[in-house]
Amino acid sequence: MAGNSEPLSPRAKLAVTAGKAAAAVSRVAGRGSGSVIGGKVALRFDPDLLARLARHLDVILVSATNGKTTTTRLLAEALRAGGPVVSNALGANMPAGITSALAGGSEARFGVIEVDEKYLAGVARDVAPKAIALLNLSRDQLDRAAETRMLAEKWREGLAGVEAIIIANADDPLITWAASSSPTVVWVAAGQAWKDDAWSCPSCGGVLQRPSEDWFCGECGFRRPTPTWALSGDHVVDPYGSAWPIQLQLPGRANKSNAAMSAAAAAAFGIDPKVALERMYSVQAVAGRYDVVTFQQRELRLLLAKNPAGWLETFSLIDGPPTPVILSVNARGADGTDTSWLWDVDYTRLAGHPIMVIGDRKLDLAVRLEVAGLQFRVCANLDEAVRSAPPGRIEAIANYTAFQDLRRRVGN
Amino acid sequence: MSESSLRLVWVYPDLLSTYGDQGNALVVEHRATQRRVPVSRVDVRSDQPVPTSGDIYLIGGGEDRPQRLAAERLRRDGGLSRAVANGAIVFSVCAGYQILGHEFVNDLGRPEPGLGLLDVVSVRGEGERCVGDVLADIDPQLGLPPLTGFENHQGVTHVGPQARPFARLRMGKGNGTGDGTEGAFNDTVFGTYMHGPVMARNPQIADLLIKLALDVNALPPVDDQWFEALRSERIAASVQPA
Repeated sequence: MAGNSEPLSPRAKLAVTAGKAAAAVSRVAGRGSGSVIGGKVALRFDPDLLARLARHLDVILVSATNGKTTTTRLLAEALRAGGPVVSNALGANMPAGITSALAGGSEARFGVIEVDEKYLAGVARDVAPKAIALLNLSRDQLDRAAETRMLAEKWREGLAGVEAIIIANADDPLITWAASSSPTVVWVAAGQAWKDDAWSCPSCGGVLQRPSEDWFCGECGFRRPTPTWALSGDHVVDPYGSAWPIQLQLPGRANKSNAAMSAAAAAAFGIDPKVALERMYSVQAVAGRYDVVTFQQRELRLLLAKNPAGWLETFSLIDGPPTPVILSVNARGADGTDTSWLWDVDYTRLAGHPIMVIGDRKLDLAVRLEVAGLQFRVCANLDEAVRSAPPGRIEAIANYTAFQDLRRRVGN
Repeated sequence: MSESSLRLVWVYPDLLSTYGDQGNALVVEHRATQRRVPVSRVDVRSDQPVPTSGDIYLIGGGEDRPQRLAAERLRRDGGLSRAVANGAIVFSVCAGYQILGHEFVNDLGRPEPGLGLLDVVSVRGEGERCVGDVLADIDPQLGLPPLTGFENHQGVTHVGPQARPFARLRMGKGNGTGDGTEGAFNDTVFGTYMHGPVMARNPQIADLLIKLALDVNALPPVDDQWFEALRSERIAASVQPA
């Protein structure tokens, strides 16, 4: 059992105190929760603080293009069956935010840490995690992010010397490539709907063959590893062949996949899958995602979709026609400033839904929907879109900053 | 060339479809269908032969390694070069544009032969990556309104005497040569660095390709309300300081 048996050094204590003071100042100044500024100040006092804080914990890192915040929440709930958990549950997933979250959990046994894709290898070196869960990799913010396959390559190089157990999605060829140089991998058939970033073999560049659920390279023999865990419909199948029901309040196939990955990861910490999955039921909205709110006497479900893979999963979970759908897209810094990715999303999936479009880039959406042959209405803002929507609960799908705008407007 | 239908070929979506350039195929299809021109679209994966009987070939942008793989496979296949010899129209973007030239620098830092269908040579830029909105005036010979798009590339492309620059820049880096040029074209082969995708921002380019392929001077007008609204917004945004 971990726990804080060894006290922190005086320097580390000073760093934690300075970080907390800076966070408090930031909160008083009305500049957010202060977790990132607090972490930055603390790391300046003691650059090794993250490593020192983690030394007392059994740590698991979670990284992916999509689903890392939700999976971190599900996994934290599962591990609470075994002891207190500290986690960066608010999604501050770079080193400063992670440091700040860990500094607040001196009594914890487990650390469940979401890590931004670009920082994974570095954080893995610093905190010597017991396990790392890798969910999926796909195109995201290409105007500022690393190329997707290069990211998989960097993970592969960075994780090669890390002793952690890797819990990896065998259905994603890029994740498989990233994980397969590690000594201990638990392969999970967690599924992946989006396939368009992995048609060429990450190893040799040959064309991947993808008959039904399988995938392999016909040229070099790189292929889907045999999974020991699997998502099968509404169940998680464990390595002994027992199927455990997934019961979540969160909707959609992608969240079942997140639950399957979490169950496999929890098992690496000695938590029984039945117990782990039962505990996951308590997770409701995650940072506003999937939240159902009332606005102008109408029910809206708030759905975040940041990139083509995310939109694809979101389309599969919304209520069918004639449920009204509001789409909102921005292209501010945190979204990526290029909207070309809208054309990688198959909007014909929305045929039959009344569609209202809003957001900074509603005209890009309008052209996209027109070419997709859909009927839609361009609205000035959320209020007008809700007023224009025919009866029924409204599905509101937005990318990153557009989602924050929605939450602010509905007071969520 | 067929009289009444348009054969559209989308080249190597498995390698060169990373930046939304599939939108170009969707817009060409849409604009032709609106004119009641039947379209048959073929998406050719890189382990399949490129058909030589297409009217319009579209190639998109991609990452550095897929670009090298695409160049290797297109050279080996030869279909695209035969199609151009038969008079087909080709429109290429970013990595695809570089592949159509004589040479570019591959992901291993070495010169990689292109298809030589367009008289350009690309090298890797030494400066910062070119990322952002672009506004340019298209060569008057083509009779098109201003070009708007989004660029995201490290490459620098030099246009040779057998091709003309596609546009003159008002905002942005374009070919990255510092001479104010963007893209290149000859009678039937076009290249640009513009994403957006470029046809969504400039549907008149799609119309031009359709006219060239059908060998007609004009097409019936269509309702351009949303295309025009988007164009105006992006042009206004590109000339305003961010």
